Amino acid sequence: MDDASLLWFNSKAMNKMEKALHELNEMDDLAAMDSPIHHLSPLAKLLTTIAYIIITVSFHKYDLSGLMIMVLWPILLFSMTGIPVRTCFYKLRIVLPLVMAVGLFNPFFDRAPMLMLGNVPVSGGVISMVTLMLKGVFCLMASFLLIATTSIDALCAALRKLHVPGTLVTLLLLTYRYVGVMTEELAIMTDAYHLRAPGQKGIHISAWGSFLGQLLLRSMDRAQELYNSMLLRGYHDHFHYVEMKPFRMKDALYTLGWIAVFLLVRYVDVAQWMGSHVMR
Amino acid sequence: MMIEKKMIQLDKVSFSYEPGRPILQDLSLHIHKGESVGLIGANGAGKSTILKLMLGLLTAQSGTVRVDGLDMNKENIATIRRKLGFVLQNSDNQLFMPTVEEDMMFAPLNYGMDREEAEKKVDRVLEQLNLTDLKYRHNHRISGGEKRMAAIATILMMEPEAILMDEPSAALDPCNRRIVIDTIRGMDQTRLITSHDLDMILETCERVILLDKGQIVADGRTEEILKDRELLEAHRMELPFCFAGPRYR
Repeated sequence: MDDASLLWFNSKAMNKMEKALHELNEMDDLAAMDSPIHHLSPLAKLLTTIAYIIITVSFHKYDLSGLMIMVLWPILLFSMTGIPVRTCFYKLRIVLPLVMAVGLFNPFFDRAPMLMLGNVPVSGGVISMVTLMLKGVFCLMASFLLIATTSIDALCAALRKLHVPGTLVTLLLLTYRYVGVMTEELAIMTDAYHLRAPGQKGIHISAWGSFLGQLLLRSMDRAQELYNSMLLRGYHDHFHYVEMKPFRMKDALYTLGWIAVFLLVRYVDVAQWMGSHVMR
Repeated sequence: MMIEKKMIQLDKVSFSYEPGRPILQDLSLHIHKGESVGLIGANGAGKSTILKLMLGLLTAQSGTVRVDGLDMNKENIATIRRKLGFVLQNSDNQLFMPTVEEDMMFAPLNYGMDREEAEKKVDRVLEQLNLTDLKYRHNHRISGGEKRMAAIATILMMEPEAILMDEPSAALDPCNRRIVIDTIRGMDQTRLITSHDLDMILETCERVILLDKGQIVADGRTEEILKDRELLEAHRMELPFCFAGPRYR
């Protein structure tokens, strides 16, 4: 069987939950890739992403031209890391429609024409809707790039460096771990169900109660075992995160450089400036 | 005369998960330092419960549990747990860090060792177990046999005085089972192994304790007990394959 057939066979053979688990593990694999961005300190990546998100969100609702320039950063990162853009959109396929739905009603409330596209007037509502959608998509892309280039443990270590309370960070880390545990249990239970309910689509409503109850009990048992295993190896409310790459000069340059660029794009109308220079 | 030091002592221990249905009743057992003991018995005999009592994961309703002379109580529990390494039946529950290396460093870092020293120790233990290629591998990307060996490695990092193992050969192919057996045989710590794999027990333990319904029904030299067909069958067990021979004819 060649690679493509094997991939097809695997995707058909795996149930939805196994696919979800597979995707979760794939994020770890992406984070373990080798690129200049992967080699940066997690703190630098975290700070730059936070700055990017804040500045992107702060654009005025009609400032579409300024906002469009913000796409350059994620695109540059995609090309530098070698992570395909389609992987990002594939993994965000569930959240993206929700983000796209934001501002869907703006065209109905804000009908005043803002500009003309040829002979077609474009209302302020349409522009603000597109701006809102793009803001959402850009922020998701930035968050995805952060997670895809930094392991969850390194990210947690960076959060601790920023003095985010230890309890919150440990909660984040353990939630990430337990999502995997719960998904695994769900995959096993779904398989067992479908093997005894051939041809049935999904889980029948009559089984939902016991299914969820069993899932919870099984996940709790496994979570307890995991926690016991931690206790038996000396864990006492303080998690030792993976060693974070030190924050070096190149990290400072990366962070400060990009924040300066973001601020420039935010406060200087780069599109108009470039346009006026070209016209001259 | 040489005095044998007791590593683990259970004296008249009783335990039940629900009232009126005792799992263990007035059970006493002693394991001496350096001994390798197999704890066998049918499902529900109380093997895993005994291990959890020894580790302080469960508390006995009556009787005393003592590890290396220390009573099991709130003050001693951290010291006791440091003396005991526990290899879980399901290695997936034992490995929770992203890579084998990070998982191996979890215990030493918790016990105050600095990272550099812990890294050196990881290399030593991996070399000792012939697992150097696993060091940077992701836990979710390694095979079942490798996971079991990685789980054992995480425990050896603690340098425990005694190692407790719950079904160490379960769900392993013959080759990986052999690797685990050889690893157990190479250990010099006190070992307590629960298993239904009696052939493995025969190879790794010098003493066997047979449990049934929370009671010790036999305690003695491994070969003597595992050759006793009548005794084993009376307690829902079978002779090990090497003594019984093939049954498929």
